[in-house]
Amino acid sequence: MGKRHAFDEIMGFSGAAPARPSLAALGDWLKETPDGELRRRQEAAENTFRQLGITFAVYGESEASERIIPFDIVPRVFLKSEWDRLSEGLVQRVEAINAFLEDIYGERRILADGVLPADLVLGNSQFRPEIAGIKPPHGVAAHICGIDLVRTGPDEFFVLEDNARTPSGVSYMLENREAMLRLCPELFRELRVAAVDSYPDLLLETMKSVAPHGSGSNPQCVVLTPGHYNSAYYEHSFLADSMGIELVEGADLVVDDDRVWMRTIDGLVKVDVIYRRIDDDYLDPLVFRPDSALGVPGLIAAYAAGNVAILNAPGDGIADDKAIYSYMPEIVKYYTGAEAKLPNVETYRCREPQALKYVLDNLPELVVKLVDGSGGYGMLVGPTASSGEIEKFRAALIAEPERYIAQPTLALSTVPTLSDQGVSPRHVDFRPFVLSGSDGVRVVPGGLTRVALKEGSLVVNSSQGGGTKDSFVLMDDGASQTQSADGQTQAMGGMTQSQGSATGGRA
Amino acid sequence: MMLLSRTASSLYWLGRYIERADFIARLVEATVRLDVLSSRPAGEAAWSSALTVTETEEDFLKSGAAMTQNQTVKFLTLDTSHPGSIVRCLSMARDNARAVRTALSRDAWTAINRAWLIFENRSGVGGTAATLNMVEAVKTETRGFEGAVHRMLRNQATWFVRLGQAIERADNTARLLDVKYHILLPEGERVGGVLDRDQWTTILQTVSAVTAYRWLYSDGLRSANVIDLLVTRKEMPRSLGASVEEVVDILGHLAKQTGSHGEADRMARMRAARAGRTRSTEIIASGLHQYLQSFIDENAQLHGAIGRQFRFG
Repeated sequence: MGKRHAFDEIMGFSGAAPARPSLAALGDWLKETPDGELRRRQEAAENTFRQLGITFAVYGESEASERIIPFDIVPRVFLKSEWDRLSEGLVQRVEAINAFLEDIYGERRILADGVLPADLVLGNSQFRPEIAGIKPPHGVAAHICGIDLVRTGPDEFFVLEDNARTPSGVSYMLENREAMLRLCPELFRELRVAAVDSYPDLLLETMKSVAPHGSGSNPQCVVLTPGHYNSAYYEHSFLADSMGIELVEGADLVVDDDRVWMRTIDGLVKVDVIYRRIDDDYLDPLVFRPDSALGVPGLIAAYAAGNVAILNAPGDGIADDKAIYSYMPEIVKYYTGAEAKLPNVETYRCREPQALKYVLDNLPELVVKLVDGSGGYGMLVGPTASSGEIEKFRAALIAEPERYIAQPTLALSTVPTLSDQGVSPRHVDFRPFVLSGSDGVRVVPGGLTRVALKEGSLVVNSSQGGGTKDSFVLMDDGASQTQSADGQTQAMGGMTQSQGSATGGRA
Repeated sequence: MMLLSRTASSLYWLGRYIERADFIARLVEATVRLDVLSSRPAGEAAWSSALTVTETEEDFLKSGAAMTQNQTVKFLTLDTSHPGSIVRCLSMARDNARAVRTALSRDAWTAINRAWLIFENRSGVGGTAATLNMVEAVKTETRGFEGAVHRMLRNQATWFVRLGQAIERADNTARLLDVKYHILLPEGERVGGVLDRDQWTTILQTVSAVTAYRWLYSDGLRSANVIDLLVTRKEMPRSLGASVEEVVDILGHLAKQTGSHGEADRMARMRAARAGRTRSTEIIASGLHQYLQSFIDENAQLHGAIGRQFRFG
């Protein structure tokens, strides 16, 4: 990242103490808590995660390689005013995504009006012609969105990627908070942090709100998982558990008379709403991949008949495709009538000859991504790449330009992070979760912060050595160090004293 | 309240595997004592009988390992290629538990996961002290699981775990008695002799019944009493009588919640009625081995009926 200091979200542009004035309390906490104590707490948190089995499987390794994602004890913090502006942008973007999906699988006005090239949508592998013409119950298609953001300054947020299929990571938002409440209770006395634990309730409300008409007052909701060998299985079970609904596998469901039923010890029970964590491809072997053993034959017919709601709706992938992403500012403006409040990262579509030329001329400064890649694979980070890697990508770009986009390397913000050398700045990104029901769009005050644990690294993916942090959203703009009158927080305060005094003794 | 058939099946198997892991841990512990700590070391015979109880002697011989404490304990505890080892039982239990996490409480899950983690990256069993520590650690976690299951909501999920445990427990106790009584005693050894006494103590230790025995029988260690305790005494949790009755009770709870009875209910009630009329003296007179063999068969039939009644598939 050169000599220029990236914006540090706690320390500010200087990158060193003192902290930003509104976050002085956090700065003091960092200064006063010895590294050894931070490390002890971090290990305690990771130990808990291991016992709970909050692990992900590393594909291609042996059974023993169930790993936890590293957890960092230093939280990242949003001030209330920062969060409020951010939320407005998120709501606007997700409203546009829902309108776009309804349009694309319906009238396709946006194509008729020439805002998007039709072949980019209709010829896209993420576009599902099988779904065209089916209206999802209550007209909502992207019920759960995870919008990946990066930050370069106090109010400079950019959308890096939209996730409108089955965004994962929300269990980390909740479990990381649990760990922080237990291990750093004193922080919650100093800072008024908005609670995130209402997420499962909101998700269940969202599910019930989109139940097909005629499901009755208490619709039967389930979470559909590919099974416990899936790397995100913990999250599937965690969500079903926190909502108090059944976690089903494809084989537990059966479609009869265009209705979905689950097999129970008492016989068949009707299902109204399915939060699926299975990709479209595997959802229904009669419509998509015929070799899928994970899905439910006939599910799409039941969906087309309006007898079941599927979250997120099949075909949503077209909205988070990287090629479509570059048009999001136009899409937002087209459906909401206003400029996008959250800008994209500037994106060069290599399918366009002029853009391709620019990209080829400036490869060492750019990040190049596969349009359909994920997990940090198939990616060139110009400034840190070897000349060999750059030349490899140059050849690939010339051969198949339409498969790539490129973006400038941003001076991604950092957050102090516990490393082997003590607390030092590490780059982060952010995934807030946005829920859309029949009654509107809601953002939960928190999200998943991913951190690149290697010094200088910009790659935050867990498969590439990234970790996570808790993400605090403050209920004020800091500075005021009032104690919360909330009973629960006071009880935490009681716990603080013993830990706090141990810490104070050494500080 | 309803329950997926797949979930019910996994919960039941989870109960069986945890119980089995616990049983093997107890068996190893008792055999170590028999071999090393008793007044006269039993050596190879002790370990050979431990393998017979778990019906794995043949597999062990095929592995080519020597019948020493170290090798046998390793086979029964750590050997991932042996389906009857503790680590494999715990791994199966954990797999089933993972598949039904939503039906388990956090405490119940972490107990299973912690038990499984005991064996992570463990390649050897170490000496006697290390072995005893290891099985003690397993027992601690299975006890924790047992406690957590009893603190869970009294819903169908809980009853299926406990049903699996009760069926497995009946099977384990029957096997333990059968093997110890007929196979273990070396030829020429006097019934009631020193080694014989040690063997019976081993049985009582395996089922945690040493103290219970002393409470119930005042006339010293006698094989007829041990058989009475483990076959008919319902106040002894691991006796056949208690397990048989527990299965009836659990199926009764399930019937109350699902509102229907079936084949398994009838079979379990008939078995309990018969067990209620059984006297241990008659069993010994007419042949303990035959009695235990038919008990094990019947238990397996009940297992099949449970699967059919609840559509385990």
